[in-house]
Amino acid sequence: MSASKTSKLSAYLIVGLGGLIMLAPFYFMFVFATHTRVEIFNLPPPLLPGSAFFENLKILTDKIPFWHSLGLSLYVALASTALTLVFCSMGGYAFAMFEFKFKKALFALVMGTMLIPSFLSMIPSFMIMDALGWIDQPRALFIPGAASAFGIFLMRQFVSACIPKEMLEAARMDGCSELGIYARIVLPLLKPAMGTLGLITFIASWNNFIGPLVVMRTPEMYTLPLALRSMQSPVNTEWGALMTGSAIATLPLLVLFAFSSKRLIDGLTTGAVKE
Amino acid sequence: MMRPTQSTDLKKIANLRLTPNQVPYVLLAPFILLFLIFGLFPLCFSLFLAFQTWEPTSGLATMQFVGLENFIFTLEDEWFWKSLQNTFWLALVSGLPQHLIAIPLACVIHASFKRTRNAVVGAYFLPYITSTVAIAMMFSTLFSTDYGLINQALSLVSQLPFVGELFPNQATDWLGRAQNIKPAIATVVFWRYVGFNTVLYLAALQTIPKYMYEAATMDGANRWQQFWYITLPNLKPMIYFGVTLSLIGGLQLFEEPFILTNGTGGTDQSGMTTAMYMYRTAFEFNDFGTASALSWLLFLCVALLTWLTNCAFKSRGGSA
Repeated sequence: MSASKTSKLSAYLIVGLGGLIMLAPFYFMFVFATHTRVEIFNLPPPLLPGSAFFENLKILTDKIPFWHSLGLSLYVALASTALTLVFCSMGGYAFAMFEFKFKKALFALVMGTMLIPSFLSMIPSFMIMDALGWIDQPRALFIPGAASAFGIFLMRQFVSACIPKEMLEAARMDGCSELGIYARIVLPLLKPAMGTLGLITFIASWNNFIGPLVVMRTPEMYTLPLALRSMQSPVNTEWGALMTGSAIATLPLLVLFAFSSKRLIDGLTTGAVKE
Repeated sequence: MMRPTQSTDLKKIANLRLTPNQVPYVLLAPFILLFLIFGLFPLCFSLFLAFQTWEPTSGLATMQFVGLENFIFTLEDEWFWKSLQNTFWLALVSGLPQHLIAIPLACVIHASFKRTRNAVVGAYFLPYITSTVAIAMMFSTLFSTDYGLINQALSLVSQLPFVGELFPNQATDWLGRAQNIKPAIATVVFWRYVGFNTVLYLAALQTIPKYMYEAATMDGANRWQQFWYITLPNLKPMIYFGVTLSLIGGLQLFEEPFILTNGTGGTDQSGMTTAMYMYRTAFEFNDFGTASALSWLLFLCVALLTWLTNCAFKSRGGSA
């Protein structure tokens, strides 16, 4: 009995300690955000919050158009979430509930592109954006992403698992129009899945680095990750201010995660678990 | 046929009454349109570009077919092989430990954590959903040579009796010296994805029926035997899936090394992955054709290794 108790205790200890190590970088990000550059590289380094937050913020807003980049990131993330939700709920519903020509082939094609590494289309995507005149345009970031294969997959899974075909048939018999069925029956039932997909899309867009790196070429149009990276220089990086910016950029994600970690984790691993 | 009154006629138009046969096409139209333009077309176009050369300054009009020239140029390029070596090294050193830690971790969490389970899983999973830039910036300060927290912690540990010998007591130049860049990058990548894999294995563990363990206990199997003969074989499909994901992700590693080395690849290009080299070939050296060829060569590596993993898992399944 006592042997199993010690093994249980050591399990708690090791897993707990590992968890703290996982969280430590976040803790130091927030601690360093409130210290000047000089204080961060002190001996010993600061372990508790300091008082230089506003000083850092001043440096940050002087060096980069921080609030503009934050606003741009928010705009792109919201637009991308809205478009993805509309297009993927429609597409997922179509794939789950209707029979049409080439349905299987089309679905296989869409899923296939999910497996293909994204770097393959980086250069042509840039050239398309260039040809469309979308370089430095926020729409270059939220319109292409709205055709999300993952979103279609998630929605199709959810529709076929949770919405009975009979319910739609009944609505049709009662004279509900097809668009009415989608808007008044399918959409409300899809709410939980839309919540998950919305969260995932928002976070992915908020964190997106390669996308804006390729299409956003002038510093005035940098999204938050690009703007933060532009502060990095080989000789004279304002680490305190950079940590302040990183902390502000991370905070919304921490809040979202705190309220929806279970839903997020389930959503991000659906593909794997369903297989 | 009944003649509808005018008012219902208008209503029908307002309702856009489609027949069930038309509905899927209308629903799918926006998605398909975007998918063709931004999903499928770039892929085909990329393959086309790999066989072309042109002056970026004078536009696409100067484009001409050059056969395999771009591929040959890449295959004779020292930096390509160096980047490929870096990529494989990083994929292995950051990928393998993810699974070696995630499997036992998932088993322990599955067995011992009930009420605090979500919080613990959340802590391990959190790095996966945070911005690579924020993470890389954070680690850049932690890895800083003179007063970085990691070096200070190491020098503290090196003063301990006995185990201290194992740790360097001099400050390590993590992101500056060629030999240290890759381990630093691998650490960040490991930290970022280990929680994701743990969640995968936790999901798989839940599907193993309890009676298997009960029967094994009755037969006198100890914990280690249960792990070896019940848990591990049952986890195999998920290990295959997780390893494949790590492989595909690891071979296209871009963001972490790009930000940690400030876009340069680091001293002696020792932190430059192939995906990063492709980006630089395109946007620094303005050679889109060669960059496209490079991306297809990298894709071949990914496909080949994915296929080999598949074979390895299948053959071992047959013999066991």
